[in-house]
Amino acid sequence: MAEIIWGLATSHVPAIGAAMDNGKTEDAYWKPLFDGYAPARAWMAEHRPDVAVIVYNDHANAVDLDLVPTFGIGTAESYEVADEGWGPRPVPTVIGDPELSEHLVKELIDGGFDIATFNRLQVDHGLTVPLSVYCPDPGDAWPCKVVPLLVNVLQYPQPTAARCLALGEALGRAIRSYPKDIKVAVFGTGGMSHQLAGARAGLINQRFDRMFLEKIEHDPRALAALSREEYMEQAGTEGLELIMWLVMRGALGDDIVRIHDTYHVPASNTAAALALFEVTGASRGERAAA
Amino acid sequence: MSKARDNYVLDVSTVRRGYALNRMCGSLTQPENRRRFLADEAAYCDEYGLSPEQKRAVLERDWTAMLELGASIFYTVKLAMVDRKSLQDLGGVFTGMSTEEFIAAMRSGGRIYG
Repeated sequence: MAEIIWGLATSHVPAIGAAMDNGKTEDAYWKPLFDGYAPARAWMAEHRPDVAVIVYNDHANAVDLDLVPTFGIGTAESYEVADEGWGPRPVPTVIGDPELSEHLVKELIDGGFDIATFNRLQVDHGLTVPLSVYCPDPGDAWPCKVVPLLVNVLQYPQPTAARCLALGEALGRAIRSYPKDIKVAVFGTGGMSHQLAGARAGLINQRFDRMFLEKIEHDPRALAALSREEYMEQAGTEGLELIMWLVMRGALGDDIVRIHDTYHVPASNTAAALALFEVTGASRGERAAA
Repeated sequence: MSKARDNYVLDVSTVRRGYALNRMCGSLTQPENRRRFLADEAAYCDEYGLSPEQKRAVLERDWTAMLELGASIFYTVKLAMVDRKSLQDLGGVFTGMSTEEFIAAMRSGGRIYG
């Protein structure tokens, strides 16, 4: 049976990817952020998953306003890297795991989550930057397959934080019921506090971010109880992306250990963070519990 | 330049109002579309069915007016990229700061809230 081995929460700011792509990670602006990543990257390099389920949102690149699925799962063999207007990032094509995707879609729909499927999908910085945070030098191929899980955070009303946590819990059950002996990691991406437009552009709320970073570990229900309006007011209109961390958190289950976290302002117009959790005991899945 | 409100929320009616404008901006990720836009911006706006107000906002690069007329920042940033402008440039516009002042504010911890 499949096991969930760890969960990674990380910002997906495009400039973080650009800093890596353009060799700027040692610059004074970026060094503190990338130094903060180092312990997590070293640990993840020793704990490689076979598949990463990456919870993210598209940024008007592959998904337009013609059709806005609240939740969707990629079901393709592979996912091309999107050209967001400055050419695709120079990173490998993302390889899918269509068999696992199909299993997750069926289990989630049977579990009450009527999820959309993306049979063709280009992946933008929302997915590729977190992959680069995990693996900065992939060479010709990423070290794992990927199942993209998309959440609408652009168009109001976005799904509630409570629904995202519940989706994560269902996702966790679905992964653990997959009959193949594979190791799976779950990524929750986006955040932390930021706002790109309006007179509040540049908003950073460290107090909210620190509270969120702490509670995501052992009190995610407190975060799930916040309304989308509270997220937008406190974390900024785009800080609402933090609801995607709750999908990841729900999938991990109760038994987790915080391996590392880091928090840095600014990355572009954003407060950037990373939090890495190892899944232990029964929460990993049946194989680990046996 | 229009004055920005605190927050812009892209609800369903805003998406409907801003549909043509956002669709036009979204098309600019493709090099051929950028070339045609730059060759005749007004004609390109007409091709996408922008309202006269939306077209004026685009031609004058009135970034706040675009938001008022239904734009999403995730779409207008693609127009900004055509002009080689960044989200820091736009942040300055929305907050009444120069780009340098906006970047400095971010580097000193952001525009503190909470």
